[in-house]
Amino acid sequence: MKVRDVLDMVECTVEAGTSGLDNEVKCGYASDLLSDVMAHARDGDIWVTVQAHENIIAVATLVGLAAIVVAGGVECQPEAARRADEEGIPLLRTRLPAFEVVGRLYAAGVRGRTGS
Amino acid sequence: MRLECKVTGGDFQAAGEAAAKLKRTLRQVGIDAETARRAAIVAYEAEMNIVIHAFRGVLSVDISPERIEIVADDEGPGIPDIPLAMQEGYSTAPEHIREMGFGAGLGLPNMKRYSDEFHIESTVGRGTNVRMVINLPSKGSLT
Repeated sequence: MKVRDVLDMVECTVEAGTSGLDNEVKCGYASDLLSDVMAHARDGDIWVTVQAHENIIAVATLVGLAAIVVAGGVECQPEAARRADEEGIPLLRTRLPAFEVVGRLYAAGVRGRTGS
Repeated sequence: MRLECKVTGGDFQAAGEAAAKLKRTLRQVGIDAETARRAAIVAYEAEMNIVIHAFRGVLSVDISPERIEIVADDEGPGIPDIPLAMQEGYSTAPEHIREMGFGAGLGLPNMKRYSDEFHIESTVGRGTNVRMVINLPSKGSLT
């Protein structure tokens, strides 16, 4: 599944990073703690969070994430959008709450990593 | 090869740049993705600790064919109780920083977990020095 395939599924708008919309979504991760994402998310994960400041892009770049979904209708900060464009990380925004986003992704076959 | 980046306390805009630069460099010199990931994690956590807690610091990285050595040296308040600071979940970060998703008390534990050697020294009122080594899986991967 590609990032562009989840857009309608989670009712999101693409705030920035359109050049990464063909990134392959391998698995998913949900957390609002940046160190937790750094430690446990992996290359190709789609990340669901309510954080929307510029530092989420640094985390996504370092981990090699496929995309970020900012849930719960949180407004993305302009600096985050600018960096997402620079790094080619799709920054998606939805009014749906995080639980619903994860549920829809899971129902479509996106799994969490359950090994260690 | 040596990389050095100045890190400024409180500068959340530039936060993560040093770690990102390190990861790019490691990939360019042919370090495998998993090792680059571990180096990026420990560098990011060290960089963020300076941004969150210290006044200023320097993140330096030495890359040799055998190992990557990452040193974070800061001028800051120092850590009075290192074993306590090493505990997962313990943090002294202020509330407004926690709201950004930092200060979860995972930074130092992540640095230790993802490095092969981890050394920390701190003097209260002066600053903290963290030195981490990540061994490279195969010798001669650098040219």
